[in-house]
Parts: sequence; structure tokens; C-alpha cells
Amino acid sequence: MTLGSFVVRNTFRNKRRSVLTMISISFSLLLLTLMICIWRSFYVDQVAPEASRRLIIRDRVSLAFFLPAFYRDKIRSVQGVSAVAPLTWFGGRYIDDRPEHFFAQLGTDPDEYLKVASDKIVPPDQLKAWQQDRAGALVDITLAKKYGWKIGDRITLQQNIFPTNLDLTIRAIYHRDPPQNALYFNAKYLEEAVPWFKGQAGWYAAQIDSPDSVSRASHEIDDMFRNSPLQTKTESERAFQLGFVASLGNIKAFILGICGAVVFTIMLVSANTMAMSVRSRTREVAVLKTLGFTRRSVLSMFVGESVALAVTGGVLGVLIAIPVIWLMTRSFIGLGIPLAMKVTAPAAALSLTASLTLGLVSGYLPAFNASRMSIVDGLRHIG
Amino acid sequence: MAIPISYNVRNLVLRKGLTLMTALGIALTVTTAIFLMALITGLNTAFVSSGNPLNVLVLRKGSEAELSGGFDASLYPTLKTLPGIAKDSHGEPMTSGEWVVVIILPRKDGTGEVNVTVRGMMPDGLELRPGAKLVEGRWFQTGQREVVVSRSIRDRFSHANIGDTMEFGKGSWKVVGVFDAGGSAYESEVWGDVNQMASDFDRQGGYSSAYLRATDPISAEALKNRVSDDQRLKLEGVLETDYYAKQTSSGAPIKVIGIVVAFIMAIGSIFAAMNTMYAAVAYRGREIATLRVIGFSRPAILTSFVLESLLLALLGAAAGILLMLPFNGMETGTSNAVTFSEVVFALRITWTVAAYAIAFALIMGFVGGLAPAWHAARQNILNALRG
Repeated sequence: MTLGSFVVRNTFRNKRRSVLTMISISFSLLLLTLMICIWRSFYVDQVAPEASRRLIIRDRVSLAFFLPAFYRDKIRSVQGVSAVAPLTWFGGRYIDDRPEHFFAQLGTDPDEYLKVASDKIVPPDQLKAWQQDRAGALVDITLAKKYGWKIGDRITLQQNIFPTNLDLTIRAIYHRDPPQNALYFNAKYLEEAVPWFKGQAGWYAAQIDSPDSVSRASHEIDDMFRNSPLQTKTESERAFQLGFVASLGNIKAFILGICGAVVFTIMLVSANTMAMSVRSRTREVAVLKTLGFTRRSVLSMFVGESVALAVTGGVLGVLIAIPVIWLMTRSFIGLGIPLAMKVTAPAAALSLTASLTLGLVSGYLPAFNASRMSIVDGLRHIG
Repeated sequence: MAIPISYNVRNLVLRKGLTLMTALGIALTVTTAIFLMALITGLNTAFVSSGNPLNVLVLRKGSEAELSGGFDASLYPTLKTLPGIAKDSHGEPMTSGEWVVVIILPRKDGTGEVNVTVRGMMPDGLELRPGAKLVEGRWFQTGQREVVVSRSIRDRFSHANIGDTMEFGKGSWKVVGVFDAGGSAYESEVWGDVNQMASDFDRQGGYSSAYLRATDPISAEALKNRVSDDQRLKLEGVLETDYYAKQTSSGAPIKVIGIVVAFIMAIGSIFAAMNTMYAAVAYRGREIATLRVIGFSRPAILTSFVLESLLLALLGAAAGILLMLPFNGMETGTSNAVTFSEVVFALRITWTVAAYAIAFALIMGFVGGLAPAWHAARQNILNALRG
């Protein structure tokens, strides 16, 4: 009998205990995997190459201020800028105020927007229909599916920031990977309804022709407006989004705190189980030693058991995390959870490594005690 | 007859290691739950304590926040002469036309920039908010480029001490005072003179909002309706308390994340508790059988083991609360969903939070203990005695 099969048999000898421990560990690992995935999607994942060439130009002080329309042509004149589109946050209500009915509603220029957002794929005939209808809307396919919208459907966005309701007709549906929770409409339509907004835009998105020009162009744009009444802040799209994430609070500390609690819980649960396991087999260990098993092999036997439990729990946890994250991205839309979030191979590997390490560490002390036990005491033990 | 609780207590003490580890596991879950509840409680307290029930806030019709409001200054004199407004210390109607903007400030700890609300107000603005107390320096003066900052703004952002200058609008502003707003939403604001602010942001001739102080609660209600019903004004009156109560929705993301995290951790803890209780039952097979022989009934055994599990959970809850107490009052910030600016609030571990934490732990203990206790009660006496 090899050490491996010995470990496996012993692990499942007390089935109830092993199963309970594994389930307990798997839920903790599920949480750990969730946290790792959120962390990665916020801070690690790289954006698509087009997006890294996209700059966001906004008022230096606050997004609450609009930029004048003539800024657009000035930005266009900067070397390396291939397209510029205005964007304005409408922030209207659809159905009601509940967070699950929140989605981004942005006014833009249909003629140029898709040159900036080249990662959005729209059928040419739909794009044309959107450009021709001033009250038309372009929506993400995921959003359209959520509300059952089809081309030609009419929807109303209720007033909030702007003192007008918007009656829109769905004219085009776009695909994007990862999906996005957004609707775009013609900003001209809003300008007609709200006279004081005429000739302004919330911010501009500019496409730069090569990655090497991004940093130079962004400095050039800010320098150009340095002495204007409204100074600008130009940053990459990713930095712009991270700004929103940062405003939610100290997310990093929050995630690390939860991870810490989870890791510690797993240690306790796993160490607890191993202690119970060692205790119930005191005599057995003494017998093994009498037969000639060394301390080392007794130690590795128990540590192996602990690792087997932790890793099985870990695999289960990662497997549960896949559907849970899928559900989260679809049901908590609007809470700032990126739709693109999923369990990637590196995230899974990290969780499994964590469970392996935890199994090793938590199993060591009980296993060490077992290996050090004197044979005579062990045989005398009444368990 | 019931088995005395001291039997369970002694058993828990006897197997200290196991008891301690399981209780600690429960404690960690409770800690996480307390932390999230304290966050939400603190946030709600900040909003609920902000409003004065006698203050009527006037906004443009259809807008939900001061930031998205904005109306013509020519309407202000009409508001000032409405009946039911209390008199200020100079015998004038206590009203303030205000201008609210959001600016960017760098965090002191270097973790990026945050939106902060800047409020330009008339001199009555300070009288309208008696909750805000000056703790250092002096209030800003009308006609001067001066600002006062809240205590937590000073602590959390650079360039916000007395004597420093803050850069926003068309130039620099001198910080002349620090105020304490008693944990309300004003705790996240910078205040200055309304005319100075409006001219810096090219918004002369308009106000974001106006505040009116009513003489009593009944006239506050009447004042609110009068503003909203006047067709010429196209304005809307809301009680300040209602306005802030609505902003508690800012806590929604924390709430959802909190529930998910606490739920998952609770499941993990329940299984861990179950494990411990099964082990307890297994070790005491003979003992349980003996108890049965002496005459204790099956329900008594069941109750006893469930009680033991509840005790274990209670121990965990106590440890969790103790672990979290040092964090009580810790200040943090999140984004206000209505104003898009930072709202600063303190973690609050209230009695309600503690009670919820204990209830949460007891539920874990109960669910985790039920199956093992059932198992104990169902044991066959003869087999167990022989075992």
C-alpha cells in the first residue's frame, strides 16, 4: 500500500467529518475566489488594445460641469487624434429608482461615436437607421435582452438631471465583448429639449491612432486648455473608470479584510478537523509506529490528509464560484460589478494554491503532535 | 426533565481546544457581519442626522438633488417673503440661497482623488444649520475668498488645514476655519460665500437650492406645499429630513455585497459547527445512552445538544463583538449615489448591530447543532452502551 492510497483511504474513513469539512472549506474558498476575481477585474485585467488608445477628456474639477462644444474641434486638431465624440450622462429613470433598473444613458454624436468606440459592433443598416433618427437609441444586446427590447420599440427615460423626458426608439443594437450596460442616443435631441444645454457636452472620448502617441496627446490636450476658464483632465478610459471604483471607498482594504477573515476561518476549520482525526486515531498511530513507520511518514500521512481535504474543498469552491459570479454579473447590474468578471485560470490557480498552502499549514501542528507521540502512551490511550 | 445547562458548559470547558477553535470560526463570520452592519448603520446615521425638520429645501421642479437643480436668482426674493418663515438674529426671514458644486481633492494617503461637495451659502446658512459647530479658527466672511472645512475633510485630504489654500474654481481659497457637523452629511463638505462661489463657476444669477427655516413643524409642511404648488415658481419644496433620508440609498451596494459575503461565510461556519457537534456527540455516545437509561427523554437530549451548540455560537458572537469594538467610530467614506461626491461617515456598532450579530450567530449555532443533536437523541441505547 502506497502512502498516497493510505492518505486517500484515511481521508474518507470518517465520511461525515470529511464531507462537512470539505463543504465548509469550499464555501470559504468560494468567497476567496470571488474576492480574487473582483480584485483582478478592478486592478489587474488589461483592457482591449482599442480601449488603451481611448482618452477621456473631462472638466478638471468635476464631471458635474459641462465642456463647451468648440473643445471638440480643438481636441481633434491635436496630432494623433483620429476621432472625437461627445458624451453626456443623462441619468434618467427607467421604470423606477431601484438599483436593478439602473443603466448608463449617454448622449453622443451617432456619426462619430462608433469611430471612437470601435469595439462595439453594429450591423451597418442598423447604424444607418440610428444616425437618421434623431430620437433613435443604440443599446447593448445584454440590456436589450434584459428588457425584451427589439428594433423599433419605443421607450421613455424620465427626467432627473435634465428637466425633460426622453422618448426614444430603439434603432440599433450593438455587441461588445465584454457586454456593457448602456444606451446611447443623439445628444442633439437633448439639446433641442433643454435650451441651456445647447453647445455643451459632459465629456469627450478621443481615439488616438497609435499607442505611442497616447501619453503625448493627453498632455497636449490638457496644456491646450490650461488657460481657459474650464480646464480639462485627460486620462485613459481605464483610469477614468477606476476613479469611479475608488469613489466607492477603500475597496482594496475591504477586499483584503474579507480575504484575511476567510483564510483564517479555513485554517481553523481545517486544523480542527485534523485535530479530531489525530485524536481518534491515537492508538492506530502507535500501532503504525510499532510496525516500523517513521515519524516522517506519519507526519506526511497526516499532512497529506489535511492537504487532500483542503484542495478538494478548494476545487469545489472554485467550481461553485463559476455560476455564482455569472449570476452576480447579471443580477447586481448597476452596483459597479463589471459585467466582464469571470473565473479566469489565474484566479482559479491562485485560489487553489491558497487552499493547498492552508492545508499544509493547518495540518502541520496536529500531524507533528501525532508523529511525536510515544508508542507506549499511544497504545495505552483509551479513545 | 431537562438536562441542566451546567452539563453543557462543563463539556465545552472540558474540550477547550475544539470549543475555542469552533467559536473563533463563528467569531470571524460574526466580525465580518458586524463590520458591514456598522458601515450601513454609520451611513444611515450620517444622513438621518443631517436634516433639520424645520428646514425646507427648495429645488428646481423634477430634480432630485441640489447638484442637478439650479433656478434663476430672480425667484429668490419671492421665496424670502413667503409666510411662515422664522426670523434670523437680525430680524430678517431666515433663508439662504445656496450654490453647490463638486470638486476634486487628493486624498492624504495618496490613494487617489475624490469628489467633495463645496457649498456656497448666505450668512443665514450657518444659522440654518445649528448642528455645525466651529472647532477651530473662524467662519468664512461674506465677500471674501475664504472657506471653512469640516473636521473629517481636514483629516482626510491634503491642503485642508487652517492657513492652507485650496485650488478650485478660478483661483485659490483660504481655509480659515474647521467645523464639526456631528457625524451628519455636512461632515463631508466645504463651505464658503455663495456670491464668491457662483462667480468663480460663472453661475451668477442662479442658485442650486434655497433653504427656508419654518417657525414650527406645521408651517414647515405648509411652506413646503406652498413652494411646490406655486405654478409661477416651477420649484419644489422638500423637508430637509426627507431629502437626506432618501440619500441612504447610497448604502445599497454595501448592503448587497454585505449580505452575499455574510451569507457565504455563514454557510461555511454552519458546517464547521456541525462538524464539532457531531464529534461531541460521537465522543459521548455512552454518556448519552447513560442519560437515557437514567430516564432523560429523547427531547431532553435533543434540547441539550442544541443548547450546547447555541452556547458555542454565543461564545463566538461575544468574541466577534469584542474583536470589532476597537473599530467603532472609525471614519471612512463612500460615494453618495445622489450627489456623486464623497460622504464621510463613521462605523457605528450600536446595540441593534450587536443584537443582530448575536441573532446571526445563534441561527448559525441552531442550524449547525440541530442535525447532530437529532442524531444523539435517536441513538440506540444498547448499541451505544456496548460501543
